[in-house]
Amino acid sequence: MSNLQVGQELAPKTFLINRALLVSYANASGDQNPIHQNEEFAKSVGLPDVIAHGMLTMALAGKYLSEINGSEAVTEFSARFTKPVVVPVNTDVALIISGKVAEISDGFAKVELTALCNDVKVLGMAKGVIKL
Amino acid sequence: MLSPDLVGRTFKGADTTTVSAEAISKFAAVVGENNLAVAPPTFAISITLDQSQKLLQDSGLDWTRVVHGDQKFEIKRPIIAGDKLVCSSTIESARVMAGNEIVTVRSDLHSGAELIVSTWSTLVVRA
Repeated sequence: MSNLQVGQELAPKTFLINRALLVSYANASGDQNPIHQNEEFAKSVGLPDVIAHGMLTMALAGKYLSEINGSEAVTEFSARFTKPVVVPVNTDVALIISGKVAEISDGFAKVELTALCNDVKVLGMAKGVIKL
Repeated sequence: MLSPDLVGRTFKGADTTTVSAEAISKFAAVVGENNLAVAPPTFAISITLDQSQKLLQDSGLDWTRVVHGDQKFEIKRPIIAGDKLVCSSTIESARVMAGNEIVTVRSDLHSGAELIVSTWSTLVVRA
């Protein structure tokens, strides 16, 4: 995909995060930290409720990057975990990812990502580099 | 608390992780990825998280108090099923900020001599 333009806004995509997805991610990633699955435990360590793995949020943002030019085109990807994604029981939490083309050079595009949950930015400085 | 003489040291793993098609498809399913020919961009963490904890278990880093601050990947080529990957982990930096210890761990996945993916995790060890 070589028709990306610097400054171009990429269409947002909504991902739904629920408790079942947290269990699936825990099993796929090996991160079985109970703060992502056990409400009682999460609250005992001062969290408002179960929170999503930061790396799950990042994996979903990675899927957004993959849709630009395929998984194999993603060569760099970084993000800060600025706010937790709280996942109450029996709830689908909407994670809205959007992107903007920040730079194009030497056949690579740098894409800046925004990740919002309930209007709060949950990733900071999120960006990926895509081979065009 | 991390011993300062560990900063800059690289711990090379003894384990080889053979990437299975099943592991890729399980990870892909979570994010809704249908392309199973290559692993999704953040798949490396499913290997480096466990491996880096093993490699750095004697470093004094208290994993029970760790909060993930940020994460970066440099992907030289996508991971594919059948890859036999060995992890090495380096504590690149450690500093104390407002009583919390901020540690950056780099983990590299090699297939033979070929570097496949480098990952950087910034970990905040709560005081």
